[in-house]
Amino acid sequence: MVQAEHLRKTYGRTAVLDDVSLDLGAGEGLTLLGPNGTGKTTLLRIVATLLRPTSGLLRVAGADAVKEPEAVRGAIDMVGHGSWVYEDLTALENLRFWAVMGGHDAGEARLRAALEEVELDASADQRARTFSAGMKRRLALARVLLGRARLLLLDEPFTGLDRAGRKWLGEFLLSFKARGGALVVATHSFDAGVGVADRVAILAGGRIVLDRPAADLGLEDLRRVYDELAMGPGTAS
Amino acid sequence: MSVYVRRAWMVVWKDVLAERRSKESLNALVFFSLLLLFVFQFALGPERARVEAALPGLLWLGFILSGLLAFGRAFLIERENDCWEGLVLTPGDKSAIYLGKLAGNVLVMIVVEVVLLVLFAVFFAIDFTPFLLGLAAVLALGTLGLASVGTLFGAVTAQMRARELLFPVLLLPAVVPVLLASVSATQTVLAGEPLAEAAAWLKLLAAADLVYLVVGVLTFEFVLEG
Repeated sequence: MVQAEHLRKTYGRTAVLDDVSLDLGAGEGLTLLGPNGTGKTTLLRIVATLLRPTSGLLRVAGADAVKEPEAVRGAIDMVGHGSWVYEDLTALENLRFWAVMGGHDAGEARLRAALEEVELDASADQRARTFSAGMKRRLALARVLLGRARLLLLDEPFTGLDRAGRKWLGEFLLSFKARGGALVVATHSFDAGVGVADRVAILAGGRIVLDRPAADLGLEDLRRVYDELAMGPGTAS
Repeated sequence: MSVYVRRAWMVVWKDVLAERRSKESLNALVFFSLLLLFVFQFALGPERARVEAALPGLLWLGFILSGLLAFGRAFLIERENDCWEGLVLTPGDKSAIYLGKLAGNVLVMIVVEVVLLVLFAVFFAIDFTPFLLGLAAVLALGTLGLASVGTLFGAVTAQMRARELLFPVLLLPAVVPVLLASVSATQTVLAGEPLAEAAAWLKLLAAADLVYLVVGVLTFEFVLEG
């Protein structure tokens, strides 16, 4: 689903990503861990075709992400820092807008079913301005359900969610994967992030310093390795 | 309805709905129009001949100043919650988004123009009814020209830090042909002459509209992608 080879992204002389290679199959989940400013969001935005890499090769869903971004965009969806929610529109109106813009079924029954699936059906006719961060995240995921995305990119999806919200989101992502979808999750949240991952990668200084199957590492092992690799030697607790 | 038209329509529907509920732009624009009229009346005084001579220019000065506020705000809604990213990732021809935004801006301008005309009529005791048809034709062409460029430059500057400064700097020189033609054609109409007398200006307006519209449609995708 994602094949990245030697990706590099620079702004002036500053390299935000350097020699990043990834290979992610269909139905596979990758969790990207790393401290702030290590390039997680930049990598997600490059895979989403929102940014162009300075050099390197990137194929997403079989298409060259640099030369054929339109082909990639038909196969992916993204839930970034913002939730693409218009505050003065209701949940239902927000979904209708993105369904039409994405060329999906915008029938009311379909939209209400998607809201029911993310447990927002009771708030369908409320303006998004009144929603909490968790509700906006759910609304963004309802948008994902309307599409035919084969790859879902999520940037800090667990931030601002309570325990129940994290559990619900984890289950949602696992069910997306079970339907054959691939996931890339950039997060600081170890337990929630690793819970949906088949593989865990750690980004430090713009480079992938570890890429292992999640099953190979226990949560405590991962914390220790993370502290050593991402925070520098001697920081392991 | 084709997918392209549905997308453009959806952008208009979303913007109008959001504006109807928030009333952020319209409230500000109506208040601004009122303020403008006070200033004009104070500057011109009660002398009728002075008002009539300056009226076409004043009308379009009011329209363009209101337009500067309206067009500059049109893309700010897309910055909230990163909706801009969603529009970039939308599959298909992005010019549908431009046309939707343009239609929304034209609607806002029509409301502002009606308010301004009513205020001019009240403040300066001017009866526009004999000129309505000709005025409507000039306003339609002039507004389309202003909104075509304003929508494009609104998108160009929306992601910039100094957008409040850059937007008028970019827009005003670009709309000089539209403003010149609009003021001249309005002068002819308000003088009670037949619209045919302003044919040359109207042709220039139509040509400028077409050029601006085509440039907007062709370049919007690059602007959106940044």
